[in-house]
Amino acid sequence: MVTDNKPSLVTINVDGVEHQVAAGANLVDALAKIGKEVPHYCYHPKLPVAGNCRMCLVELGSPLRDRATNEVILENGKPKIGWQPKPAIACATNVSPGLHVRLESPTVKSCREGVTEMLLLNHPLDCPICDQAGECKLQEFSAEYGRGYSRYLDEKNAKPKKTKLGPRVTLDDERCILCSRCVRFCNDIAKDPVLGFVNRGSYNTLTCFPGRELNNNYSLNTVDICPVGALTSTDFRFKMRVWFLKKTPSICTESSTGVNTTVWSREGKIYRITPRQNDAVNDTWMPDSGRELYKIVEEDNRLTGAILKGTRTSLESALNVADAILHQGGLAIVGSGHLSVEEQFFLAQLAKKTGAKTYMPAHRGQNDGLLISEDRTPNFRGALVTGLTDRNADHDLKTLASDIEAGRVRSLLICREDVTRLGLSAAILAKVRTVVISTHADATTSAAEVVIPGLTVFERSGNFINCQFRLQSFAQAIPGPTGVLPDVMVLARLAKSETTAVWKTLAEQNPALASVAQGLIPSEGIALDGSAWSHLSFCESKLLKFAPQPKA
Amino acid sequence: MAIKVVQRRPLSLAERTYLPQILAGLKVTWDNLRRPPVTLQYPDERPTIPQGYRGVPTLVRDPHGREKCVSCQLCEFVCPPKAIRITPGEISETAENTHVEKAPKEFEINMLRCIYCGLCQEVCPEEAIWLQNQYSMTGRTREEMVNNKAKLYELGGTLPDSHYKWDKKKAEAEKQKHAHH
Repeated sequence: MVTDNKPSLVTINVDGVEHQVAAGANLVDALAKIGKEVPHYCYHPKLPVAGNCRMCLVELGSPLRDRATNEVILENGKPKIGWQPKPAIACATNVSPGLHVRLESPTVKSCREGVTEMLLLNHPLDCPICDQAGECKLQEFSAEYGRGYSRYLDEKNAKPKKTKLGPRVTLDDERCILCSRCVRFCNDIAKDPVLGFVNRGSYNTLTCFPGRELNNNYSLNTVDICPVGALTSTDFRFKMRVWFLKKTPSICTESSTGVNTTVWSREGKIYRITPRQNDAVNDTWMPDSGRELYKIVEEDNRLTGAILKGTRTSLESALNVADAILHQGGLAIVGSGHLSVEEQFFLAQLAKKTGAKTYMPAHRGQNDGLLISEDRTPNFRGALVTGLTDRNADHDLKTLASDIEAGRVRSLLICREDVTRLGLSAAILAKVRTVVISTHADATTSAAEVVIPGLTVFERSGNFINCQFRLQSFAQAIPGPTGVLPDVMVLARLAKSETTAVWKTLAEQNPALASVAQGLIPSEGIALDGSAWSHLSFCESKLLKFAPQPKA
Repeated sequence: MAIKVVQRRPLSLAERTYLPQILAGLKVTWDNLRRPPVTLQYPDERPTIPQGYRGVPTLVRDPHGREKCVSCQLCEFVCPPKAIRITPGEISETAENTHVEKAPKEFEINMLRCIYCGLCQEVCPEEAIWLQNQYSMTGRTREEMVNNKAKLYELGGTLPDSHYKWDKKKAEAEKQKHAHH
């Protein structure tokens, strides 16, 4: 029994060299950890093992033991190794003490070459038009283990090239190598078993079950895990070759789950969003709905300049007017869970200095049990940590409305929220002087006196704190519209604070943030202690990697 | 650094008169006057372009009129001065070459940047881009010096094809349409 949390280590021998690896680990993963690549197609660390591609064949052996005494048989002073007569697949092997592996033997090499040649028999020479080119496992391993020409004299199989499996996924059957990753994903992760193989032999074809389609909200993960270019994203199809795209680590803003993402952009244009592995949050998955969020960058109602009383003005003059409004007294602040921790910090500073009451509008949706939580803002916990609020999110702003009606509130700062949907009609907004910081024009911005343009999550950098109280960073992927200042600088100026003050001050309150103050945030984020807020009733229920704290 | 004084020999009489040098020079001039001319009356006369000449890069069609480029963007990637800019596009379902699926929506080569290295031709997997005989590119504005897709096909014309890869693929797909499953 393992009593401590550290995984116990076992010694395995790889090509004559001994290595320490975690006991019981999958051999492919264990070898990857020590820097040895075992080529594979069907194996995926987050999916059940199928063992059907045969690319990961290796030679296995173990020390021989005397049957009578159970002693290790020695040969020239070393344990004698009994090699298995045939190669075995590494993906269906777990490491055991004394396991011997050959990765570079002639047998293993010929196995890989044989599998590669077999997979290429009917594979179309599509690389010039295939979106997977550049990130294709078959392309990579063909370069390593392929022979460079085909000995196949027969005609290649022709299969359907443009099958619409669902609204977002297009299948090219000719490219499919029948690894069944997508089938296993739908069965075991998305719990929506719609994919299967039909026909036999060379006609074996991936398809949806009759009358069904691949339309669940996780369908695009099948595109990510497809080792070849068979499953393609209808949105990204034929748009850009992957080697031109710059990868930026980001966080999905769809819900408080805080799915880790990679934003792929070229020259200031985003082409796609894919999940980034974080075993504590989202494994290697993300919902389809989160992948479309990049489209907000180029929406028609995007705000690209400051507006003062309905006319465009310079950012400088808008900020001066905003400054006067915010410090005239009787201020109320409508914050947002879409602001980063840094932005919320300065908003909290402003609230402290002006004595303003703060509101955090709630955005609620359905929990899908996997990666979309009820709270549809990425950073409500940040408002708690920064002291912007100390209570649950507000479902409406009726208190604020009555405060305005009674004249207790004379000026209003609204960040990234359309308050007209929350009970503050334009008529009520007309009674106060309003400053809005927003990325898109809406009913609130058209009713406001001063509108300051904001940047989307792709155009600024910062941190979010997800429902697990995990602090995660997002980086700037593309430049924002010309002349638009990052929200954090706008808020720091309005709060009359130093932009550098944020992490130093926060680290004084919360020692877990000391490493953030030094600029050290690991890619998997930092788990913070949320016990100080356990008295609040958070709305999130169970997710893939999140379970709500039982009420004390 | 040590200084070495070079001894200069005084000039002889012949050298001082300069006449032998002038005569030698006149002989070179006379020899060249008797040779046939090596220059051309450009632009009235044009040189014959040798095999393998690397002129202006162009896009070509195959003898059946199909545009060969599939916008794989390898030329854009390999181009050292980043002269090539491609916007990929999908071929419509109704087009005759819909089975090729992908073709450039726009294809631009900036001839102010192009260094005529020929790497685009070398890297092209579809043999669609060729540096042909055209060597003279002029324009009054920068925009004129950017060859767009229409101009590139106009310059390129048609070249023979030894594979007909896509035609064969289409024929095979037709043949196997009713194959046993």
